[in-house]
Formats: sequence, structure tokens, C-alpha cells
Amino acid sequence: MIRLTRSDRLFPERLRAIFDPPKALYTRGAGEPEVLGLRAVAVVGARSCSPYGAQVARMLGRELASAGLVVVSGLARGIDGEAHRGALEASGLTVAVLGCGIDRDYPASNAALSRRIEENGLVVSEYDPGVEPAPWRFPARNRIIAGLTEAVVVVEARERSGALITADFALDEGRDVFAVPGEITSSLSAGTNALLKLGAAPLTNAGDVLDVLGVERPAAGEVVQVSTEAAQLLELVRDAPAGADELTARGVLEPGAVSVALTELELAGLVAAADGVYRAAP
Amino acid sequence: MLARTVTHALVGLDARTVEVEAHLQNGLPGLAIVGLADRACQEAKHRVRSGISAAQLTWPSRRITVNLAPAGLRKEGSGFDLPIALAILAASHQLPLHRLEGHAAIGELALDGRIRPVRGVLAAAEGARRGGFDRLVCAAESASEAALAGLKPVPARHLAEVVAYLRGESEPAPFTPATTNGAPPQGDELDLADVRGQERARRALELAAAGGHNLLLAGPPGTGKSMLARRLPGILPPLLAEEALEVTRIYSVAGLLPPGEPLVRCRPFRMPHQSSSVAAIVGGGSGPRPGEATLAHHGVLFLDELPEFQRPALEALRQPLEDGLVSIARAEGRAVFPARFQLVAAMNMCPCGARGDPAAGCVCSVQKLAAFRQKLSRALLDRFDLVVAVPRPRAAELSGRGGELSEVVRARVVQAQERIRAGPVRRTTEASGLLDRAVERLPLSGRGRMRVARVAGTIATLAESESVEEQHVAEALAYRAPKELAP
Repeated sequence: MIRLTRSDRLFPERLRAIFDPPKALYTRGAGEPEVLGLRAVAVVGARSCSPYGAQVARMLGRELASAGLVVVSGLARGIDGEAHRGALEASGLTVAVLGCGIDRDYPASNAALSRRIEENGLVVSEYDPGVEPAPWRFPARNRIIAGLTEAVVVVEARERSGALITADFALDEGRDVFAVPGEITSSLSAGTNALLKLGAAPLTNAGDVLDVLGVERPAAGEVVQVSTEAAQLLELVRDAPAGADELTARGVLEPGAVSVALTELELAGLVAAADGVYRAAP
Repeated sequence: MLARTVTHALVGLDARTVEVEAHLQNGLPGLAIVGLADRACQEAKHRVRSGISAAQLTWPSRRITVNLAPAGLRKEGSGFDLPIALAILAASHQLPLHRLEGHAAIGELALDGRIRPVRGVLAAAEGARRGGFDRLVCAAESASEAALAGLKPVPARHLAEVVAYLRGESEPAPFTPATTNGAPPQGDELDLADVRGQERARRALELAAAGGHNLLLAGPPGTGKSMLARRLPGILPPLLAEEALEVTRIYSVAGLLPPGEPLVRCRPFRMPHQSSSVAAIVGGGSGPRPGEATLAHHGVLFLDELPEFQRPALEALRQPLEDGLVSIARAEGRAVFPARFQLVAAMNMCPCGARGDPAAGCVCSVQKLAAFRQKLSRALLDRFDLVVAVPRPRAAELSGRGGELSEVVRARVVQAQERIRAGPVRRTTEASGLLDRAVERLPLSGRGRMRVARVAGTIATLAESESVEEQHVAEALAYRAPKELAP
């Protein structure tokens, strides 16, 4: 554990520049404190997210990290956790900002994730060891997330979500704010759609962030070759998420063949399954 | 005067020979039953006395002692009435003693002397045959069970009939065994063709039948999970003769044998309620009785709303799932019940049940969801080879045509099972490669890998393939436990 005071040389510049920077920042993990000064993007959103939100968050975490950016989030369940996991998948750096004492794992269900983040990245907090998590500490934590990053991406948020507070802080400090558009009928997208109305930049792929920040897009990996049956199904799934039986009913494939093709797509990372429904990767 | 008859007591599914001795001596008239007789057995005194008078025979006004030997074995139930009555009659010279040779007896007496059937006659008759008896005196309703064991039944409706037969005054009522060959009754059988849509679940059901895999169906209520499960016995091959006998013995001991049907010929389908206790599921009681796991022997055990079952009841299923039997230890000894069943379970994906249903949003909190998943132990979830999410079908699927008939599927299952018995199929290198890639890319444990390999083998056999190919492994991977169910 390291304690960086505001006057410390290693205290991140961007965070020092905000309206009320923390007096000190505790860090734990194998990452050097300099990690906090690297170019970083925050990916935040609802705790009880939809499978769509989880999938987008993971994809963003993965692609932003593989472009060399540090992915910052709040270690919460749902979107935050998925964004961290995505970054870890790409073997990238990720930073988790806690709303409780640095020695605590909150939520406990993400303790294992926290360990993995610490292998290369950092877990940080402005609170002294032993401080309990409390609802009023999380908005304060969000100002650090916004302060550490150049841009904030809100993946899914209800109308009164903590993620919107993060976006507000980012706007106050002149950082870019992106919002992922969602279905207008979904309450989980009400917050993000409202942000878009207010003028946030819509995000439909990780490239949108990279372009604004002037980061070079990583060379596209080789295009995955899939069988004709799988390609057919991928088209259908891209139109609308569907269960295996719907695909059987619509296509010309037998139930067994549908399962074969879906597994192929899943292994290729082109579709993801949740609760029996398959969605195309964005 | 001393007289002896022979009957059999049940210990689990086994019968032990019990000698019933009646001794008349001078003294205050009365009847004492000794030899660890339970309450129902002690009450035989009153039934036997009334029964003997009702048959217009004489109740000896002597001091009567009835001993049930071996004295250390606990005797339960009312099946001792008839042998006790016969022993008393023989001891009082109302029956010629030598005529009882080669006969065992079992049955309950009514106060008017009628003979009532008791449970477990098949097991008792088998015990009698092993003990060298060739005739069993029993209630007319139980005669078919005695015949199944290869004994000559002496069916009787009334104690007077038995006495007349033993005195040589009349022949036993003729017994014509009910026909036990021919097709099992079809009438109310549920057909797979009634299920519309749900192609994947239907396919999984066929795989489960062919490979004997345990199946877990997860989805919102009203999507046909129990409908599918109920149709599994219909696509399994018919019971073999010895399997049918085994099932009949269990049902006889449990007292669940349907009247008028001597031999159970349909595969059992048991669906215990969520509130079932451990003893109800695996069997128990002081003289252990078979539980649902044993009643589902050679058939299907269906647990609807799996997470609502008590944790201990589910954990108790692990032994039968592993070994195919339940062993219940009691102070007096151990009872072993066969329990080789196929497990099918159904569950919702969340406490409110809406998850997986696009029309209804799930309102469960994260904590509630976590607690719900916590209930399913990893160890139990690991026993399911096939896990299928059953989302709500769209209207279009429901209006579509019904699927194949059960008999068409059954024919394929029977063939596949024959090929499986012939020996396992080998996996190609490509297929093994895919399996390795899957372990890397997907959340798949070592045990999960083994299950996928097993299911892939069944898929290959069902497809009449020479070896397990890549596509078979790919299909098997689609039936692995999804990460949402992992605790």
C-alpha cells in the first residue's frame, strides 16, 4: 500500500487539476503509481445492468485497453465489473476506485476481480484503511473516477444513477462524456439517452473514443472465418437477439446444427449468450 | 401343544424368514405375542380372535403364547395375522399340522375373517421360494405377486377357505395369471408431439434418453419445462423383464402397486413436491421404506422448482446419483435400496421468474439473485450433463406444427443405446482440439470438460458416426451450464 499526498510528485496531474482533489490517495496493487498518470478512460454504469449493457461494457474494456488506454471504473457489480474484466481479457491496465477504505473489498463478490486487477493495475481510494462503505461516499468516489480520466463512457444508467454523477463531474472538469445509446423503452437506458439529449457524444464503438482522444486504433486482428451456417445465423442474431429455438424456427437448420453453429460463433467471440438468448457482439 | 407356521418379514426390499410359533398351555386364558412385534403386529391379537370366531372355528380357551422368531428382528405390519391364526388353529388341533408343510403365509385378517392384501408380497414370496417353499397362502388380490415370484399361490378371500383347503376339504381357488406380455398400456401416455417449439429442449431430452444423462431445464414459468420432463419416460426403451420385476418389487414394498396390474410395465415417473424431507426423497423410517429416489428406479425422478427443495434433501441425492443405490443405516442393520434413475430438474432463472422472458422484466435485486443461485450447490449442478435454457417461445413457434411422435424418437433412442453398449466411440484430434480451445475460452471446469466429452459421445452415437467429430463437441458445448447459473 502506498499513500500519495497531493504534493507528492507522483500524485496524478489530472486529478490535482480538479476542483476539489483528495488530500491523499492510497493505492494497492503491483502497478506503479505512474499508471495513474497514463492516458485513461472511465467506463461506468448501472449495477443491475442488462445482458446488453454487460456485453458492451466488456467489449469497451477490452478494446480501449488493447488500444493502450487505462480503463478506470468503480469495481461495482454490473457495468463496472464488466469493464474491468474486459480490460483484463485484453491483458491491459485497469484501475479500480473504491468508495471505502483501501483495505476493504467492496462489494465482496468482486474480491477475486480485485485480486486480478492488482496483478498489473491498481486499486485506489482516498479513504483511510478501515473506513466503511457508505452511500454518501460513492458520489465522492465518482469525482475521482472522472478526475483520473480524459473521457467518461456511460454504458447503461437509470434516470438517477451514480454514473450520471460521474458524467456531471467530467463535464465540470471539461472532460469528454460519451453515452451508449439504448432502447428508448428500457429504463436502464433512460439515463444514457438523457445524456445524449443534453449533448453527450453517442458511442457506437470503441473507435469513437479513440478518435476523439487522438489515439491510434490498434491494427484490426485477422477476420475470423466461420462456416456458412454460422454466418447465416450471425446475420439473424445481428437483426435481433434470439433464442436457439427462434433461430431453428426461422432458419433452415436442424436444432442440432443450430447449436453447433452457435457454439462456433461463441468461441469466435461473435455472439454471447445470456439467459438462453444469443446476442451479436457489437 | 405347539405348532409352527412360516411367514416373511420385510427388511428394506428383502424378506427374512420368520417362524410363527403358537403354544397352548394351561393357565389363565389369554394371548401374548412376543418377538419384537410393533404396534400393528400386537393388535393382531384382536383381529385374529375375531377372525377365528367369524370363520366359525373355536378360539382355544387356554393360555396362548405366540412367538415370532428370530426374536431379535423387528416385525412390522399386519401381514402376520394370517400365519398367527393358522398357527393357533394348528396348535389347537383344528388343522392337520403336516398339511402346512411347504406353505408360507402372509395376509391381514378383517374382523369378519376376510383376508386383506398387504404390501411387499412379491418380496415375501421371493423369500419363500429361496427358503424352499412352493406355496404361499395369501389374499386373492396378492396372488399375482406370488405367481411372479414363481410360487404357486393359494389365493383366499376368507380364513374359512384357507382352513377348508388345509383340511383337504376343497382345492384352492383356481388362479389364472394375468397376461404380462404384450405392449405396455398406451392409453394415457403423454406424447412428445404435444410439445410445440422448444426444439433445443426437445433435442436435449432425446440426448438425455439415449445417453442416460441428467437434464436441467431453466426458464421462466409456463414454457413447458414440466411438460417436457413428463414425456421423457415415453421415449425411453420399454422395461426389460427383470427391470419390470425389480420395479414391481419396489412398488409392492411401498404399497403403491396399482390394483389389477400385477407387473409394472411403464417406466416410473416420480415428481416429489418441493417440501419433501430427506427421508421422503431417499427413504427412511425405523423399518426403512423406499423413498422417491428408489421409486424412480429404472425411470425418471423429476424435481420441479429445484432451488425450492431443502438443501439436505438435494445433497442426499448425491449418493444414488453416484452409485445407483441408497443405503440407509439403522441401529438394527442396513437397508440397501436400488436407485438407478434419471434425474430431470426444472427451475426458474431468478426468484421472480421473469428472467428469460422478454415480455416481463425481471425485478429481482442483485442480492436476491445471488442468494437464489447460492442455493444450488456446485456439487449438485455438476451432476447435470445437460443444461438447457428454455426461454419463452414466441407466438409463431407455438402456432407451428408439433414435433415428432414419441415412438419415432424412442426408436432412435433404442438404437443409440444398443450402439453405446457396443463400446465407446473415439474422439478425433480435431474434436479434442476444439474441446481444449473451449476450456480456454469459456468458463469450463475440468469436470465440465468431462461432461461435454460424454455428451459429445452420445451425440456422435445418435448420429451413427464412427467417431466423435468436431461438430459433435460443438453441439455438446451448447448444453453446458451457463455462467448465469454458476454460484
